[in-house]
Amino acid sequence: MSGDPKLERIAKGNALALCATGTWTASFAPVLERMVADAEKLAGGSQSIFIDVSEVAKLDTFGAWLIERLRRSLTQGAVEAQIAGLSANYSSLVDEVRRVRATPVVDSSAVTITGMLEQIGRAVAGVAGTVAGLVDMLGAVLAAGFRVLIHPRSFRLTSTVHHMEQVCWRAVPIIVLITFLIGCIIAQQGIFHFRRFGADIFVVDMLGVLVLREIGVLLVAIMVAGRSGSAYTAELGSMKMREEIDALRTMGFDPIEVLVLPRMLALVLALPILAFLGAMAALYGGGLVAWLYGGVDPEAFLLRLRDAISIDHFIVGMVKAPVMAAVIGIVACVEGLAVQGSAESLGQHTTASVVKGIFFVIVMDGVFAIFFASIGM
Amino acid sequence: MAQETQNAIQNPIIRVRDITVQFGATRVLDGLNLDVKRGEILGFVGPSGAGKSVLTRTIIGLVPKVAGSIEVFGVDLDSSSTSQRRNVERRWGVLFQQGALFSSLTVRQNIQFPMREYLRVSQRLMDEITMAKLTMVGLKPEVADRFPSELSGGMIKRVALARALSLDPDLVFLDEPTSGLDPIGAGDFDELVRTLQRTLGLTVFMVTHDLDSLYTACDRIAVLGNGKIIAAGSIADMQASQHPWLRQYFHGKRARAVMG
Repeated sequence: MSGDPKLERIAKGNALALCATGTWTASFAPVLERMVADAEKLAGGSQSIFIDVSEVAKLDTFGAWLIERLRRSLTQGAVEAQIAGLSANYSSLVDEVRRVRATPVVDSSAVTITGMLEQIGRAVAGVAGTVAGLVDMLGAVLAAGFRVLIHPRSFRLTSTVHHMEQVCWRAVPIIVLITFLIGCIIAQQGIFHFRRFGADIFVVDMLGVLVLREIGVLLVAIMVAGRSGSAYTAELGSMKMREEIDALRTMGFDPIEVLVLPRMLALVLALPILAFLGAMAALYGGGLVAWLYGGVDPEAFLLRLRDAISIDHFIVGMVKAPVMAAVIGIVACVEGLAVQGSAESLGQHTTASVVKGIFFVIVMDGVFAIFFASIGM
Repeated sequence: MAQETQNAIQNPIIRVRDITVQFGATRVLDGLNLDVKRGEILGFVGPSGAGKSVLTRTIIGLVPKVAGSIEVFGVDLDSSSTSQRRNVERRWGVLFQQGALFSSLTVRQNIQFPMREYLRVSQRLMDEITMAKLTMVGLKPEVADRFPSELSGGMIKRVALARALSLDPDLVFLDEPTSGLDPIGAGDFDELVRTLQRTLGLTVFMVTHDLDSLYTACDRIAVLGNGKIIAAGSIADMQASQHPWLRQYFHGKRARAVMG
């Protein structure tokens, strides 16, 4: 019952007759398309045109459409091509494809110079949009914060505690481990290079200042941006996709107050704690390496540490932490709420959240460095 | 070859035997048997949570079963090779409850996705077939370049059906195709399924809650309860049944309203 499809021309006086046989289905589509293209060249010069399909064994949408395509291209001027010998089974399918509009809507996404310039323009305008979005979110969060201060009962304690657990408590092991290792590496490198000048003991100064002022808080902020910033974006983004945020709004809740504020607060409280733990772990790791690898015994290490660093170094580190947390949180929430309907969009915004979060953390760190240097801390 | 054709007509297109599916300690399907005949529209009903979707997902291989066998197009899906299975998958289309359109692809790309994978067809033919499919499911060609997030619920269902039909399958699974549609839209959809079944010679396995669909679209109805098929037959058989759930379902207020 099946067989390779064929399209043959039958001599029939002044008329053009084509006889289709075999299986006209999707699996033979390349062959069929070539045959139909060849047959299309026969158009013109005939009084009447017939396409005989009585010998077609099997027909599906692809085959039916190709016959319809042939019929349309053979139809020229007053001569209309006819389909003959259609079995009852397939007549409704052929009728169905006959309703299809001839020209498919073409994709108009060609690459042009103006198009490229337009994209550059849009990207630049997008930067301004990003900054405006961040300022907007900062304002919204502060406004929600004040509203909560006036009506403390609307504060979502459970949610805040839950997010504290997620971003702070559960982050402790990995943060402590990584900062410990970084402390070890800094001490080892310091000892290795300082030993040449016989300045082993100054590794303590370097470790103390570096860890308390910069590395501790910066490293922890970057890890939190990767760990919790991305989670916030993905959570809010998928809630946005499934219209949960619209649902909240229609029930008279402010999504900023319900979703963003507890997350922001959790992050602002968590980052100083994590930064402190991270700094301690790094100092501990550094001290351990200095003792085991550099032969600086713990008592000498602590004595030197007390001389080398002042409380200022510690304060500088700790002051930066909540500000960085706020930056990470705002970026993450803005990106989360900007997610559109598709999975791809969720991925893009989560990536953007982490990249922008880390970028702004480093920019903030630079701004703080200039500020503290000019006030002499 | 004549023998083969004969078998194809006689043998059911889906043959489910003694299927048991368990999630933890709860047994959802318990020794279930079901046949779906070639060319029919089978309506599959049952109380919420009875396991209608689970059975559908088990047949198409998304849920693992504890025991039993499933044959589709005469191929036992457990003992089949990867290429046999691929071949079966190419011949069926699935319409998921929520549409399950790829959200990062346009309507056109969604419909062409299976074609690109399985067929070697020119872009022109794919575009034209896409338009044909869209026309068949009652959509305008303009929606082709929209993204799923820009479509209404009814349009999503229609596009999902167009995608399920893109390879001209012999068998289509519809999981609650009319849920979430307005009655007129649902009626149109039933009509559409009927028309497509006639024009394309489809076999349709339809999970539904919609009494209208059962009356207007389905040739045969199977009822799921307690992990088994408790009844299967025409709508008249269902109405004559003495089973308490069936009596309630087919003689309740809503059923009377549908029957007029």
